[in-house]
Amino acid sequence: MTVIEDLAPPPKVAVERRAANRREAWLRRLPLLPALIYTIVVTQIPFVVTLWYSFQSYFWDQPGGAHFTGLSNYRAVFTNPTFRGSLVRSVVMTATAVIVAMILGVALAVLLDRKFFGRGVVRTLIITPFLVMPAAAALVWATPMLDPNFGLLNYLLAPFGVNHVAWLSTHALGSVIVVMIWQWTPFMTLIVLAGLQSQPADTLEAAKVDGAGAFATFRELTLPHLRPYIELGILLGSIYLVNVFDAVRLMTNGGPGTSTTNLPFYLYQQVNNAFDVGGAAATGVVTVVLTIIVATFALRMFARVFQFEEAR
Amino acid sequence: MTATTARRRSRGLRQWSGQAGWTVLAWAVAIVFFIPVLWMVLTAFKPESAAETWPPKFIFTPTLSEFRLAVTGMGPFLTHSIIATLGSTILVLLLAVPAAYALSVRPVKHWRDGLFFFISTKMLPIVAAIGPLYVIALHAHLLDSILLMIILYTAMNLPLAIWMIRSFMLEVPGELLEAARLDGAGRIREMGSVIMPIISPGLVSTALICVIFAWNELFLAINLTVTNAATLPMFLISSVPQEGLFIAHLCAAATIASIPVVIVGWIAQRSLVRGLSMGAIK
Repeated sequence: MTVIEDLAPPPKVAVERRAANRREAWLRRLPLLPALIYTIVVTQIPFVVTLWYSFQSYFWDQPGGAHFTGLSNYRAVFTNPTFRGSLVRSVVMTATAVIVAMILGVALAVLLDRKFFGRGVVRTLIITPFLVMPAAAALVWATPMLDPNFGLLNYLLAPFGVNHVAWLSTHALGSVIVVMIWQWTPFMTLIVLAGLQSQPADTLEAAKVDGAGAFATFRELTLPHLRPYIELGILLGSIYLVNVFDAVRLMTNGGPGTSTTNLPFYLYQQVNNAFDVGGAAATGVVTVVLTIIVATFALRMFARVFQFEEAR
Repeated sequence: MTATTARRRSRGLRQWSGQAGWTVLAWAVAIVFFIPVLWMVLTAFKPESAAETWPPKFIFTPTLSEFRLAVTGMGPFLTHSIIATLGSTILVLLLAVPAAYALSVRPVKHWRDGLFFFISTKMLPIVAAIGPLYVIALHAHLLDSILLMIILYTAMNLPLAIWMIRSFMLEVPGELLEAARLDGAGRIREMGSVIMPIISPGLVSTALICVIFAWNELFLAINLTVTNAATLPMFLISSVPQEGLFIAHLCAAATIASIPVVIVGWIAQRSLVRGLSMGAIK
C-alpha cells in the first residue's frame, strides 16, 4: 500500500499547494531581506574583520602592513593592567550610574505622578538633560560647571563649606558618574512614570479603602507592578551607558592617569594614540565575548520584559 | 458641630499644605536638574570677560556676539550633521517599514529570531570594531565622508526603528486587514491604504528618535571623520582652544548644537517614552 503510494506520482493538488506555500513563504520573507542583509553587512562584517586583525600585528603608522602574529595580541590584552582596569571601571561606572539613576528615576516618577501646579513644565525641565547633546553636556560640565576657579558648582556648594574643589582632578571618576546619572535619570523617570500611570486606579482605591498606608501601598502594590518597567529601564540604560564615551573623552580624557578610562575610551586610545589596530582588535574581540555572555542573559530578560503579543 | 467643622477645616489645611509642599519639592528638583542647562544658556549670552569670574556673574549685559561667532564657524559642521541625520533617518524608515511588516502583519516563520537578531546587534559594542572599521573605510575610500556616517547611523538606529514600528503595526485592528483582504487588496494596497495611514504618527515618532540619536552621536564621528564630514559634536570640541578664554564661546556653540533636539524632544515627550522603550511601553 505504502509502496504503491510512494511510486505513484504525487497528487497534482499537493504539488501546487506546496509551491504556493513556498511562494507565500518567500513573499513573507522578501520585505525583511533588505533590512536583514543591510544589518548583517554593516554590523557583522566589521566584527569578522576585527577577528582577523586580532591575530595580526598591524600598526598603521609603520610601513609594512599587517602580518600574522598568532595569539600575541591576546597575550598582551590579558597581561595588560590598563585593560583589566578599564574593564573593571566600565562595570563600576555602568552599574553605579544605572542603579543611582533608577533610584532617582523612581523617586522623580512618584513626584510627577501626582497633579500639582506646573506639572508639565516640571516634567519638561527634568527630561531636558537627556536631550542636550552629550558632547555639549560633557563640555559644559567640564569647565563652566566644575572648574575649580570659577565653576558654578563650587559657588553653589560654598555655603556647605566647599572651597574651590578641583573636581576633575580629585574626584574624576565620581564627577563622570554624576554626569552620567544626570543624563540618564530623565530616561528612567519617563519609563517608570509610564509604569505608574498604567497602574489601575481601582486597586489603589481598594487599598486605600482597606486602610493601607501610602508606603505600604507603594511597597506591596506599586513596586511589583513597576517591576517590568524597572527591569526594562535597567536593561536599556546598561546597553547605552556601558558605551559611554563622550563624557570620558571630553571631561577627563580618561585621566588623571587612567582613573576614568573605561573600555570604549581605552579602545579609542589604542587606535588613535598607539595606532595599534591588532591590539585594539584583540581587545575588541575580548570585549565582544564578554558582551555576548552578558547579552545572553540580557536577551532572556528582554523576552520576559517585552510580553510578546503574538504576531498575526 | 463646631468640632467637626474645625476638624474638616484642619484636614483641608493639611491637604492644602501637603499639596503645596509637593509642588515646592517638585519644582526644586526640576530646577536642580535644569541648572546646568540654564547655566549653559545664560553663559552663552555673556561677553567672554564676564564668563570666567569669581563669584560667577548672574547679572550682566547680554550680548549675541558669541552666538554670532559660533554661527559663522559652524556652517559646514551644521550641514554635515543635517545631511547625516536626515539621510540616515530616511534610509532607516525605508528599510524598517517593510521589515517590521514581515515581523508583524504577515510574519515570517522565525519572526522571533529575527527580532532578537536585530536587537542583539544593538548590544554588540561598536567601539570594539573601531580599528578595523577605520581600515575598512580607508580601503573603501569612505573615510571622512558623509556617506559613511549615513551608512553607520542607519545601522545604529535600524534595530530600534524595526522594534518600534512593529509595535505600531501590531495595533492595526485585525478586522481592518481582514476586510481589506476580502476586498481583494494585495500586500501593496494593504500597506498603502490600511497600515500606513494608521501608523504614520508612529513613523513620525520613530523618525524623531532616530534623529535624536544620529544628531548627538560622537564616537563614530570622532574616529572616522576629519573635516569633510565632521559633525556638530566635533565643532564643539574644536571650540575649546588650548589656551585663552573660551567659556562663553563654548556655551553659545553648545546651546545652538543642542537646541534642535531639545525642542524636538520637548514637543514629542509622549512618543519619547515609546521610542526609548523600543515600543514596549505604549
